[in-house]
Amino acid sequence: MIQFQYTITDPEGIHARPAGLLVNEAKKFACAITVEKGDKKGDAKRIFGLMSLVAKKGDVVTVTCDGEGEEEAAAKMKEVLKNNL
Amino acid sequence: MTELTGKSVFEGVAVGKLKIIVHQKVEISDRTDCDPENEKRRFFEGREKTCEYLDSLYRRALAGKVGGAEAEIFSMHKMMAEDLDFEDGVMASIAEGHTAEYAVKKTGEELSAMFASMEDSYMKARAADVADVAGQINRNIMGLSSETVTVEEPCILFAEDFSPSEIVKIDSAKLLGFVTSGGSPNSHTAILARTLGIPAIVATQEGISFECDGHTAVIDCDGGKVFVDLPAAELKKYTDRAKALAAAKEARNALIGKPNETLDGKRIEVYCNIGNSSDADLAVKNDAGGIGLFRSEFLYLESDDYPTEEEQFEQYRSTVEKMNPKPVIIRTMDIGADKQADYFGLDKEDNPALGYRSLRICFDRPEIMETQLAALYRASAYGNLSVMIPMIISESELDWVLDVAAKVRKNLTERGVAFNEKMPIGIMIETPAAAIISDVLAKKAAFFSIGTNDLTQYTLAVDRQNAKLEKICDKHHPALLRLIETTVKNAHKEGKWVGICGELGRDLTLTEFFLRIGVDELSVSPAYVLPLREKIRSLDLSK
Repeated sequence: MIQFQYTITDPEGIHARPAGLLVNEAKKFACAITVEKGDKKGDAKRIFGLMSLVAKKGDVVTVTCDGEGEEEAAAKMKEVLKNNL
Repeated sequence: MTELTGKSVFEGVAVGKLKIIVHQKVEISDRTDCDPENEKRRFFEGREKTCEYLDSLYRRALAGKVGGAEAEIFSMHKMMAEDLDFEDGVMASIAEGHTAEYAVKKTGEELSAMFASMEDSYMKARAADVADVAGQINRNIMGLSSETVTVEEPCILFAEDFSPSEIVKIDSAKLLGFVTSGGSPNSHTAILARTLGIPAIVATQEGISFECDGHTAVIDCDGGKVFVDLPAAELKKYTDRAKALAAAKEARNALIGKPNETLDGKRIEVYCNIGNSSDADLAVKNDAGGIGLFRSEFLYLESDDYPTEEEQFEQYRSTVEKMNPKPVIIRTMDIGADKQADYFGLDKEDNPALGYRSLRICFDRPEIMETQLAALYRASAYGNLSVMIPMIISESELDWVLDVAAKVRKNLTERGVAFNEKMPIGIMIETPAAAIISDVLAKKAAFFSIGTNDLTQYTLAVDRQNAKLEKICDKHHPALLRLIETTVKNAHKEGKWVGICGELGRDLTLTEFFLRIGVDELSVSPAYVLPLREKIRSLDLSK
């Protein structure tokens, strides 16, 4: 299991477009990928789950990758977050 | 006559024939004796067709007038249609023996309700997207044609609400405007209206009776009003205004992409004055050559405490990136005088315009300048950024700023942060003192930008906020024009450029004077870029 934290810097937060990009990338991996904000948890492969976190600028999210290919998945998630959020 | 009030999502006036759209309601049975396998198959087929359809809308939006960002709406809709939470909900309902369409409707309503209950206004508006997607899947499951509004002649549309897919399919030349009783200014339908430049009013609450179909309607976005069957005299006023607006817009749009060049070939840059990073879109839309004055005050005024380096950096970076490779000139904070922020804890002054403001505050609180310069330097790594300092009256003040800048650069290097070491630092010429010693200042400043509003009030000793003095406030006073001319000459002697970012920049009666004395750049509000270009292109300096 690999876990890392990321602080959202995009002024609009996890809105529809970056959520979509994240889902598209997450779907390419076999391992389970979750994004947590506070006590809320969303599946990174599900757009509704991600958007319902309502993660805004300054919020810290915890990303957990667990299972096959978790290292590559975590690296990719970091990249997508950094470039879009 | 019918009159409705709602929220404007775009500017302008539209007059035309009203077409009322009533969306057909589809009956869905709630029986629970279906074969789950069969219903699953129907759902997957319906969903596949919907995704193909959304793909085609996406391509259509990309190819058409609607921009790439708006095309993303359909890509997002497709993702919602394929979402596993959505699918899980549908499967659970089908397992209970419900029809595929009942399951889609119910799951769509649940997800839609989840968004509607969120406090965030952006997320709230996504409820309409979910409902749109669920509705489309159901039409495909039931083999109904997708909901299409057909428009044969130019008209104004009214409905309870429109989905983005309906609006994007209408020939925009025939869509004069639209009105919805529901919806919100944050909806994707409203965003489309802005992108397409269509006058629209949403959330009127009240509807329009079907009897009005085919009658003449008026949309007045300035007042947020919709009128049907206006008396002839009033209608004519609106018709004239709509025509004038359309003609002016067309004439101006023809200037987009053309150089700011006089008939005899003299060029000048026309940039924009903006107050925050979202205004940069307007600058781009009006074809500005860059941002000549970005007032950073809003960061301080809209905040309850001193904005952090990080907060500032994000705003600056977003503007710089948006405009890249075009130049962006950001002015350091100009708080004080008529712009007050409580947390600065400034004393009340009898003469604030001549008082403790902008740079003068920084001399006592250098950390304000250090934080802002650090944020600016970091943003300089993302595009073409210059900084200008307001309210300079002497050479030593400029030296002080340049020393702070050197300190900030050293600090950033130690932190290992990327920045443009050569980011130009220029100054505002807005005091007569600065104009008079501009020969000295030109040796150290990277450029000058003349702030004519303050320069006028300081030169003439006329308070620009006192209405009684309006008559004697001669904006073309020879003393003022001489100071401007001196400043330009002194800058050019040192090989530096000069811009004008005050109100005089858009004074079309002075455009010729500015060109003749060699001003390099004029910076005006976005709406004045094209009118100014029109003026420049009509001048001939050889005569």
